[in-house]
Amino acid sequence: MSDSGLTPATGQRMLVLVPAFNEEGAIARVVESIRREVPGVPVIVVDDCSIDTTIQEARGAGAHVLCLPHHLGLGGCVQTGYKLAFELGYEYVIRVDGDGQHDPRDIPRILAALRSSGCEMAIGSRFVEESSDHTSISRSLGIHLFRAVLRPILGKPVHDPTSGFVGVNRRALAVFSKSFPLEYPEIETLVVLQRKAFTFVEVPCRFHPRTTGRSSITPLKSIYYIVHVLLGVLINVLKYEGGARRGVRGK
Amino acid sequence: MVLIVLVLSSVRRAHIRVEYSVSWLLASVALLVLSLNPGLIERAAYAFGITYAPVALLLIAGAAFLLVFFRISVIISKLKDDNIALAQRLAIVEYHQRNTQ
Repeated sequence: MSDSGLTPATGQRMLVLVPAFNEEGAIARVVESIRREVPGVPVIVVDDCSIDTTIQEARGAGAHVLCLPHHLGLGGCVQTGYKLAFELGYEYVIRVDGDGQHDPRDIPRILAALRSSGCEMAIGSRFVEESSDHTSISRSLGIHLFRAVLRPILGKPVHDPTSGFVGVNRRALAVFSKSFPLEYPEIETLVVLQRKAFTFVEVPCRFHPRTTGRSSITPLKSIYYIVHVLLGVLINVLKYEGGARRGVRGK
Repeated sequence: MVLIVLVLSSVRRAHIRVEYSVSWLLASVALLVLSLNPGLIERAAYAFGITYAPVALLLIAGAAFLLVFFRISVIISKLKDDNIALAQRLAIVEYHQRNTQ
């Protein structure tokens, strides 16, 4: 592999991945706050073919930028970052959304949880310790539905299945760089983890309301979202890998 | 007949690849044969328990087109997966290239 400027330095094993699509209003602030909270950790923004100045803003703030040639959607965007991180040999990747909803001060907690638990994924959750005021009614209803659906599948409760504030280790990177849900990946990812007998841990984190841009999930898309995700979960359950599931479950 | 001519013409002009024209050609030839042989349709209708034979022709045509459409969905899904993988690889290669210059 050539030296890309992102090759992990000695002792540097973590990468922060920021998927972004038309986030010119928030991306510089997000990158700057990440670099302030975890100095020395490389930040890569994967730009999903934005039509605004997201790329320039991200570069100006000191991020490495990976530019997709056309719009792939969130899952394809995140997977591209995972592929690059895996190829470059990173041990841990923390995903932080580019809209400013995730608080970079929680990155060290997610990394610590990954390291100490041995789990393949750590999910930054807004509901582990308390309810959040920043969640819309429709999203809250969706979260309750998905909690109920996932509970028997995962064999343990998951408080915030739609959270995109996640950290993964190299074992998960190896899987996700080959296979990753391409639309609305958060919930399906949990089922993929379960199929592989991987485990996850939830970490209480702070979430902020979106200040710029628009959510990718509009009210009109909500029904499609629910049907799509439920179908994705069902398909992943049908892919059940009996042998793999005998591994350690929920920590 | 019109469909057969359209498919063959499209293949000749390279508007459709030969391998993807096969489904359409098979479906259109099957419909042509059934249309030209009322006895076949009546036997098919009898086999399906349909009293009015032309309805059997419509059902068979509908089923044939559904199969073709499903095959097209499978092909599109494969193309989309390939396209995503290519776009991701291109982005990563361009990233490395930009950073080694």
